Amino acid sequence: MSSTLSSRVTAGLGVLGVLLLCVGSYDGLFLAPADRFMGDIQRIMYVHVPCAWATMVCFSVSLVGAIGWVVDLGVKAKRAGVGAERRWGWDDSLESSIEVGVMFGALLCVQGMIWAKPTWGVYWTWDPRLTTVAVMELMFVAVLALRSFVDEPVRRATWSSVATLVAYINVPLVYFSVRWWSSLHQVQSSTESVDPAIRIPLGINSLAILFISIGLMGLRTRLAALNREALLAGDDAGAAAGGAS
Amino acid sequence: MEPLAQCLALARKQLLLQWRTRARFGSVLVFGVTALLIFSFAVGPDSTALKAHAAGYLWLALLLMSTLSLQEAARLDVQNGALEALVLLPVDGRALYYAKALVNTLTLGGLGTLLIPVVVALYDAPMKEGPLLLLAVVWLGSAALVAPGTLYAVLTSRARAGDVLLPLLLFPLVVPALLGAVKATEVVMAGDPMGRASSWIGLIIAFDAIYWSLCGLLYPLLLED
Repeated sequence: MSSTLSSRVTAGLGVLGVLLLCVGSYDGLFLAPADRFMGDIQRIMYVHVPCAWATMVCFSVSLVGAIGWVVDLGVKAKRAGVGAERRWGWDDSLESSIEVGVMFGALLCVQGMIWAKPTWGVYWTWDPRLTTVAVMELMFVAVLALRSFVDEPVRRATWSSVATLVAYINVPLVYFSVRWWSSLHQVQSSTESVDPAIRIPLGINSLAILFISIGLMGLRTRLAALNREALLAGDDAGAAAGGAS
Repeated sequence: MEPLAQCLALARKQLLLQWRTRARFGSVLVFGVTALLIFSFAVGPDSTALKAHAAGYLWLALLLMSTLSLQEAARLDVQNGALEALVLLPVDGRALYYAKALVNTLTLGGLGTLLIPVVVALYDAPMKEGPLLLLAVVWLGSAALVAPGTLYAVLTSRARAGDVLLPLLLFPLVVPALLGAVKATEVVMAGDPMGRASSWIGLIIAFDAIYWSLCGLLYPLLLED
């Protein structure tokens, strides 16, 4: 019952996010002024920056899921016996958040390239932030690939948790190592330097994309739980049939 | 038995295994030399460009060799249930990791050392800061590739399509170490009047410190099923 309720809440948040995205994008595309130097191309920022935040939120959720699984598995499960539901909840949220994070990360890269071509004259440069996002994206795609090649659920959860921990810790290292090369990326703006007319659609879209990512993660978590239950039920049925014969 | 003694005993066993399968070491070395030769075909007979990028080619060859040697070492363990038998022994999982990582570093560092004369001969690479510093970079960089590589190899050797998974997991992860190693090698080869080598070597040491500790902590989890 509670899982149905939480599914409805997250789906509702997703729908609210889509509505907000429409409002924020209308504001950003038609009402907000164009940037003095970049012109209309700057308007891609209204989806680009929120996608970057959503990607980081999703990957951070996956880190929480990975730590949760590892801690429950390694410490508490042996001593007190942690409920199976809670333990599998960590794995389900890890799977969903990495998938949604990879999707937003891919969107982030594509939007960045669309913006970079008219602004920098190239689709891609070896700027620290671009390179870090690309490497981070590849690291998490690799975790998804690992999950798809391991069938046994406990093994899959442990292995992908370990891979997620190792990958997440690497993100700042990649950033600082690439930063020593050279940097071309736009310097981050502070809220004081941004016109309120620009800040409003950016704020609305940030909330919108955050809600959409929470909605998608919620639905995907539920789907992961159902898939796992079906898999485990299938195993049990197989074992029972094997025992009967 | 103390964990250190366990680690040394396991490393001894691992080294013996490497010695008995030394033909594989030779094959990986020949693969590395072939890769270096192929890289020069990609650029063309432009000796200036080849000389300028010698450091990059050396590390690309070592990276490709690392997946082969790590996968091979892990496969020997998984074969015939040897890993399960090791786990059944009263051995600390961390000792098992450090023994394997140590021997893998010796293997990859050894391969890297043997590859240096090939790079010097093929690309006419200079060694302005001396061979000792270059050796230090090769060994530190090899240790950086091996730390997460040993962790991932034990995992991918027991998964489907493990040969594809290992580079997929390892290559993006070692980007900082690879960057540091290539830049440090470049500086050591071409001369270092600005004293930049120390910061790149520092980056590799930081990567080594983080991943040798973290992977040692996480490795026992991968042995529990």
